[in-house]
Amino acid sequence: MIDLSTVWFALIGVLFTGYAILDGFDLGVGVLHLFARNDKERRINMNAIGPVWDGNEVWLLVGGGALFAAFPPVYATVFSGYYLALILLLAALIFRAVSLEFRGKVDSPGWRRLWDWSFGLGSLLPAILFGVAVGNILRGLPIDENGMFTGSFLGLLNPYSILIGVLSLSMLVMHGALYMTLKTNGSLQARMSKWASGAWIGFVVLYLLATISTALVSPFLFDGVLKSPLFWMLFLLLVAAVIYIPLTLKEEKYFRAFMSSSITIACLIGLAAVSLYPRLVPSITNLAYSLTVYNASSTPRTLTVMLIIALVGMPIVIGYTAYIYRVFKGKTVITEESY
Amino acid sequence: MNLDPVLLSRLQFAMTIGFHFIFPPVSIGLAWLLVIIEGFGWRRGDEVYVRMGKFFGKLLAITFAVGVATGIVMEFQFGTNWAEYSKFVGDIIGVPLVAEGVFAFFLESAFLGVYLFGRNKLSKGVHWFSILMVAVGSTISAFWILVANSWMQTPAGYVIQNGRAELTNFFEAVFNPSTMIRFFHTVEAALITGAFVMAGVAAYLLLKNNRAEVARKALKLSIIFGLIVSLLELFPFGHGHAVQVAQTQPEKLAAIEGLIDGQTNAPMVLFGVPSEDPPRLDYSIKIPGVLSWLAYGNAEAYVKGLNDFPPDEIPPFWLTFVSFHSMVALGQYFIAVMLIGAFLLYRKKLWNQRWYLKLLVFSIPLPIIACQLGWIAAEVGRQPWVVYKVMKTADAISLTVSAGEILFSIILFGLIYLFLGALYIYLVVREVKRGPEVGQAKKVTA
Repeated sequence: MIDLSTVWFALIGVLFTGYAILDGFDLGVGVLHLFARNDKERRINMNAIGPVWDGNEVWLLVGGGALFAAFPPVYATVFSGYYLALILLLAALIFRAVSLEFRGKVDSPGWRRLWDWSFGLGSLLPAILFGVAVGNILRGLPIDENGMFTGSFLGLLNPYSILIGVLSLSMLVMHGALYMTLKTNGSLQARMSKWASGAWIGFVVLYLLATISTALVSPFLFDGVLKSPLFWMLFLLLVAAVIYIPLTLKEEKYFRAFMSSSITIACLIGLAAVSLYPRLVPSITNLAYSLTVYNASSTPRTLTVMLIIALVGMPIVIGYTAYIYRVFKGKTVITEESY
Repeated sequence: MNLDPVLLSRLQFAMTIGFHFIFPPVSIGLAWLLVIIEGFGWRRGDEVYVRMGKFFGKLLAITFAVGVATGIVMEFQFGTNWAEYSKFVGDIIGVPLVAEGVFAFFLESAFLGVYLFGRNKLSKGVHWFSILMVAVGSTISAFWILVANSWMQTPAGYVIQNGRAELTNFFEAVFNPSTMIRFFHTVEAALITGAFVMAGVAAYLLLKNNRAEVARKALKLSIIFGLIVSLLELFPFGHGHAVQVAQTQPEKLAAIEGLIDGQTNAPMVLFGVPSEDPPRLDYSIKIPGVLSWLAYGNAEAYVKGLNDFPPDEIPPFWLTFVSFHSMVALGQYFIAVMLIGAFLLYRKKLWNQRWYLKLLVFSIPLPIIACQLGWIAAEVGRQPWVVYKVMKTADAISLTVSAGEILFSIILFGLIYLFLGALYIYLVVREVKRGPEVGQAKKVTA
């Protein structure tokens, strides 16, 4: 019998996976925006994600809210511990959000350049920082016996976490470029395909490096999990999805490539979650001080209420989100309503 | 210099949420007005309403974008700056935040994209449905955030055990004694804000004689709408909220109403100059018995004053009193302005009363200010508690975050918000000056 805390551990994983896949391509497109060649390409970038990015970002808010409600000590400890990093992340997301709406409002090159940079850097920084955050969780945070964070901002920027940050960046650039192949055609599409291939190579190399480093830095993550069938299922699916991306790209089957990269992201997060479980935040000070689904969860009553909310609400959300993606599917065309 | 992390955290929260709270009332108000406008455009096939919808839709888009951008901070700052609070009440406060995300944020964000980008892609009915969902979503969002905040004002459905507040009854917690009345009071305030923004913008267009056909219909709609919602805000919602405060938070009532000593036949203070330590009210103009009557339906009823409570359990008097009374004064002003507008409309003199149109333009920021004042009265009036009678604000902060770090984030957010605020005003003014698009020449039929 799976307990409620475990269910919510999994559901928060699902929410963050939804965020990583959906807003992940927005962030990737934002990074690629820094390399766009002219105004038309920049407008295509912004309008390709224009109708959907805002809804995508909500997955992060709901994930954060669910973490707060289901595991308050984790939410409190991690976010106050990550204080400066999180403030920078929020600042970046603020700039990303407004740049989309603001850029097209005034027809002047300086104005547009300002918001192009704001959009690009406002995407680049989160793309890396999310990885750095995951890296620190996998590595373990300095947490004392009272569950208090005892580290520093600079301590968060350790080599292993930076490696995971760069891995995250390569993955999201690949993902964003694949999304853009669905939204463009002609030479721009071909260039996006090239970007995706290049990022894929980087991603594979970094992933191998990251796996080796993880085994060295956090051996506890592999304790027991190697016997879990779920771990191996996710791993095999990951390998298949990663290999499938360049194959489909070569045949210009972009939708399949994009779906493969979505599965790649889901598997990576799934693997991390399976390895962490039942810990949410391992303590690097002493593993016994870790915050787990058992010592950090809300009451069963609260978890039940939230489960009902999720079971009622999320099918509706997924329903209209799917509908909206269908409405806006196809190549991006610049019209009078565009950014 | 010794910086106090409690004070800094409070300053930061006041700044980030105060700045954020400029935008949702405008969005909610405009969204509901756009439901009406787009509805007319669709059902009546009136192209003036279609152009009006496009025009005010742009203002909604800019407002919404800044609201969303500054709203991200809201979801995380309980954890960053109020870690002890988060741990203590997370079992309860987290749930409405999740419900808000699932039932409201997804809805409003997803359908705003449809509304802004789908005008020519979708049938008119579906397009109208999209703005309806934006309005519904943003209102549901207001509901859940007020559930969370109202629980902090009048907690219910919980028990303190295992070193934290634990949920015992979800419905009692959600529908705690202040939720519904505060929800209506706040949404009503948002509708007033939307009405004044629209009326002010339409008045500006009329003054500049720019697209008068759109401006006239917009002005008429916003005045009728604004009059109804301003009146409803006074009664039943504003009054009902005050009665609820009287019954559940007597310290706050004493502070907002300026009642220093408890008494029967308690007066309503029309005007007064408050001061602190100890709380005092000078030069006041009072009507005896009215407060007793308003709060308890009986002019003889005893109303507790600030001196009836321990000095360390009453809110800061000056700020609570001044913010509340200024809000009430503005509320009366809104009714007066809308009444005059309705009268001029009825006498068919509205379009060329330049003084009145100028007054409307000048009044655009006032409902936003009233919202801020009401929120200040509500939150400062709850002090020294973060959760009324359950947890003190001073015990709620993050113990691992230093004052220097908080100062850094205050400065960073402060600069960003100044920049965003200036840009918001610049872009809205620019859009308004440009005006609605020109109507297509009427088809000439022989």
